[in-house]
Amino acid sequence: MDAIILQILNGLDKGSAYALIALGLTLIFGTLGVVNFAHGALFVIGAFCAVTLNRIFSISFETTDPTKVDFLGNPATIKTTYLEHWFGAGPAAWMTDWSVPLAILMAIPVMLLVGVIMERGLIKHFYKRPHADQILVTFGLAIVLQEIIKFFYGANPIQTAPPDVFIGTMDLGVWLGFEANAIAYPYWRMVYFLFSTVIIGGVFAFLQFTTFGMVVRAGMADRETVGLLGIDIDKRFTITFAIAATVAGLAGVMYTPITPPTYDIGVELLVLSFVVVVVGGMGSLPGAVLAGFLLGIVESFASMNEVKNILPGIDQIIVYLMAIIVILVRPRGLMGRKGVMED
Amino acid sequence: MSKSILTRRNVLQTGAAAGAGLALPTILTAGSHSGYTNAPTGSTVTLGFNVPQTGAYADEGADELRAYMLAVEHLNGEGDGGMLSTFSSKTLEGNGILGKKVEYVTGDTQTKSDAARASAKSMIEKDGAVMITGGSSSGVAIAVQGLCQEAGVIFMAGLTHSNDTTGKDKKANGFRHFFNGYMSAAALAPVLQARYGSDRNAYHLTADYTWGWTQEESIAAATEAMGWNTVNKVRTPLKATDFSSYIAPVLNSGADILVLNHYGGNMVNSLTNAVQFGLRDKVVNNKNFEIIVPLYSRLMAKGAGANVKGIFGSTNWHWSLQDEGSKAFVKSFGTKYGFPPSQAAHTVYCQTLLYADACNRAGTFNPCGVGEALEGFEFDGLGNGKTLYRADDHQCFKDVLVVKGKENPTSEFDLLEIVEVTPMEQVKYAPDHPMFAGGDLGACNPGA
Repeated sequence: MDAIILQILNGLDKGSAYALIALGLTLIFGTLGVVNFAHGALFVIGAFCAVTLNRIFSISFETTDPTKVDFLGNPATIKTTYLEHWFGAGPAAWMTDWSVPLAILMAIPVMLLVGVIMERGLIKHFYKRPHADQILVTFGLAIVLQEIIKFFYGANPIQTAPPDVFIGTMDLGVWLGFEANAIAYPYWRMVYFLFSTVIIGGVFAFLQFTTFGMVVRAGMADRETVGLLGIDIDKRFTITFAIAATVAGLAGVMYTPITPPTYDIGVELLVLSFVVVVVGGMGSLPGAVLAGFLLGIVESFASMNEVKNILPGIDQIIVYLMAIIVILVRPRGLMGRKGVMED
Repeated sequence: MSKSILTRRNVLQTGAAAGAGLALPTILTAGSHSGYTNAPTGSTVTLGFNVPQTGAYADEGADELRAYMLAVEHLNGEGDGGMLSTFSSKTLEGNGILGKKVEYVTGDTQTKSDAARASAKSMIEKDGAVMITGGSSSGVAIAVQGLCQEAGVIFMAGLTHSNDTTGKDKKANGFRHFFNGYMSAAALAPVLQARYGSDRNAYHLTADYTWGWTQEESIAAATEAMGWNTVNKVRTPLKATDFSSYIAPVLNSGADILVLNHYGGNMVNSLTNAVQFGLRDKVVNNKNFEIIVPLYSRLMAKGAGANVKGIFGSTNWHWSLQDEGSKAFVKSFGTKYGFPPSQAAHTVYCQTLLYADACNRAGTFNPCGVGEALEGFEFDGLGNGKTLYRADDHQCFKDVLVVKGKENPTSEFDLLEIVEVTPMEQVKYAPDHPMFAGGDLGACNPGA
């Protein structure tokens, strides 16, 4: 039982990332009708915002310490961060420790800007082009963005730690009536799940309870009619693209302590997120979220030894198998509606 | 209707065209006249450096490329000479190889077998490379080794740790300086027994490809021989980035040891996940839970950060070694690039020097002559102590380093500490050992 609960928690955690990326993909596809293969790269840009802030905090000046030697036997250089120099050791250590959550403040304007530039500079020229053209151009853009990141940060994973207070595990087993340490789950993964819940809730509230959101939803349902009403839907769609980019970016920022980011981490998540979008129902935001969590949990269960012993290799195909079954049984996906995205 | 008139000019033109056409294949295969593929005819010789310049192992590929360029510099008499002065064989005098200036071409393996073969093929056929070297993955190394055997050029393997490279997939034209999974296990086992005892339950997470399989087989056999029980062996996809669903079952499996048969990004991610799930703080069977990483590299340790502290593993070479060869190489590499070399850089530097020396001793670039010179060759002064290039399988035998993640690093490079230098005799095995069975070197192929 404890193993099952652990895998459900793992699934919710993975599902959080899938859901956040799929939410943005659905928003873009639903509003702009664009299949955005660069969405995974937006997740990566967000992740590297966290890495960048950490590096900014680590910018230092060097002094020579004649009492020590470096690996070549020369007098060692001692690095002191400007942060420490300006604010003192205590505040500098605190800021470095909390660099991942602080990176959210940096990522929001960066991702909004990246989103606007991408949409205005490139994507808008492909609105009326076939989906194949959109896929090619956004896929090309993803490769360019990844290679830029690799050029500056290298190909190896970069360790980015959560704040010290979130290092370690939470003993959920005791809360649920199991023996101590039976279900120990990392604090930061719990934080990530809660964070994604807040972001998803925020996006839904924004779309549901604001005039802007109402127009976007109307545009998703019938773009032409909204345009005929004299509403500048293009402007709103640009902002929607930027919001989708920001959601993906924030998902990336908070994911860095879970998996050390690499330049290509977005590719795997992107492919799975497209499956999530299809399973959830094209253009359905609640469907994307539901399918994200569902596929995350199914994927986690498929990794259990008990399952793999019966069906070897099932962990590598389960998501696609699920997608096939769902599409066969419900061709519009779990929450796709008739007439939406079918013209 | 047109009328065809045969003139003297037509005859001459047709004859010239036909002659050129017949001569063309001969011109294109001019090298073949010397009896082997890409025999150097001018004042230079071209080597092909086939490393991952993109993909997951690009950082290690970049370090390999730095070492190759340094080796070429030293062979051509530039720079401080590096390990040329400490190498026990004294044929290398800074005048190239057999008096020919060394030039090189590079290829990008992308850490993919098909891409690696394509780039090696291009370097052999278009650039005239007489030797191919490189690779940061066993899958790639085995694929390129097979290609070089067919093409008739020598393959000097770079970073490849699978038993299969010089086991079931060994080839007469292929040579490996790097150690292998069996040697890692043989070196690690006694150290692990001394630190953790004989009554342990080990759980393996293994990268699902040739290197992972042979590493798992080797370490499980070595630890079971000293009394450990293997609880489970779980294969993980090579492309996996989040290992949480593989780590979670370890928690309540009864295991008190986790062996991570992962390399590169896989290892960084799985170790990070294992630490996140509090494995290192657990007490199971009244023993502290321990993690083992059989194959370490400094670049991996850098990626894993503080998570590597206190974790045991093995490595082919480390920059902190204090023998004359290692010191000369670290000085040369560190002065040029500003940081110490990795084990990947070290092994490819050695391979380049070993190839050059073998050519000089053989007096030819012919792969069969070079192979003969390398087979059974004993040498010293290249950072690993006395080393033997065994003739039976073209595997180098030398001391193996058991290392541990350093508790209190003094610099960003000071990540691993050497806890034991396991002597060569302890890691040696018979050429027909079951873990290496099934292959055949075959005959050397000079190509052409």
